[in-house]
Amino acid sequence: MPTSTHATRKVLGPCSHILVAANTGSWRLERPDVDPELCIRCGTCAMYCPTACITVSKDKSEFPLTFDWNYCKGCGICGNECPKKAIRMIPEGGE
Amino acid sequence: MLTYKVEPKGAVSPGISTCQGCMIDVIFRNALDVLGEDTVLVVPPGCAAQFSGCGPEASVTVAGIQGNLENSAAIASGIANGYKHQGNDHTTICVIAGDGGTVDIGLQSLSGAMERNENILYICYDNEAYMNTGVQGSSSTPLAASTTTTPAGKPVNSKDLFRICMAHNIPYAATASIANIPDFRRKVQKAKDIRGCRVIHIMSPCPTGWGYKSAKTVEVAREAINSGAWLLLEYENGRLTISKKPTALGQVESYVRMQKRFKGASDEAIAALSAHVCERYTYMEKLTQIMA
Repeated sequence: MPTSTHATRKVLGPCSHILVAANTGSWRLERPDVDPELCIRCGTCAMYCPTACITVSKDKSEFPLTFDWNYCKGCGICGNECPKKAIRMIPEGGE
Repeated sequence: MLTYKVEPKGAVSPGISTCQGCMIDVIFRNALDVLGEDTVLVVPPGCAAQFSGCGPEASVTVAGIQGNLENSAAIASGIANGYKHQGNDHTTICVIAGDGGTVDIGLQSLSGAMERNENILYICYDNEAYMNTGVQGSSSTPLAASTTTTPAGKPVNSKDLFRICMAHNIPYAATASIANIPDFRRKVQKAKDIRGCRVIHIMSPCPTGWGYKSAKTVEVAREAINSGAWLLLEYENGRLTISKKPTALGQVESYVRMQKRFKGASDEAIAALSAHVCERYTYMEKLTQIMA
């Protein structure tokens, strides 16, 4: 049974055709908190972040890191890998 | 073709239900980033199956198929030969399979594809057990590691996929680790530019099955490289090279004690694991001299 609704092309069998995302941000028990004084904007956290939810700003006038809270799972890899220990994990809902 | 409900990050959906601290997302994102849009994915069941979609919902922006555990390399061979007959020599056919689908169940189809030197890229992410079904031991599980099928610790050493690949004389085989992403990207780029059967075996520690805090994934993987429990190797056109030498060869103690799966392991078992690690490294080092 074709489950695809694509009109112009005949698809045999089930076919994934809608790009979706799970709201993995709702899993978060702890969230990363960055110290802008310590952060050297090296991008190590962004490289290792499993959900790629960290954006590093190279512009010194801006805050160094922005997190996409819709998808951050709160795993803490960014804080663990930070060479300057500029990221600490704080309980979600606290502080 | 594809309806975008969310903005993808690279070629991968931003929210994927892999466990907290799992790095498979990173493997997919970096591999697809290097391979580009002109790629067909083959993903067997396993943790990675979440990337092949569920019903009408997709998680990657490239075309792909979910096969069975035993035939991912055979499916990829079929696609590669189909493209060959259409005169398409630019599309990369990439399999991303777990260790169960590679070293256990899928080994025969991979062996066949390697023998025929099919034009495919096979990436095995190795979390050293069947994590998706509840931590059953695989032939990639190391000595003394506890799983639900080896509760007292695995009595035998793991299978060496890299040497199996070398024995098939394929043009390119490599091992990588999620603790060294630039090295992994370099190896995928190299594999992309080579024609023939290419295999990349990448270690991906599993916080759920190995029993450590989710924040420690990269640290555990790095510790494995430092102790030599995981070697970064490269086999290209009959030449073997060691990408990075372990800094503390055989000192598996710190690596092992980070994980709950080795909690019940006796000192003798850890010593045996350490001896195996040293032995394997010495063997590989001798091979590099012979094959230089």
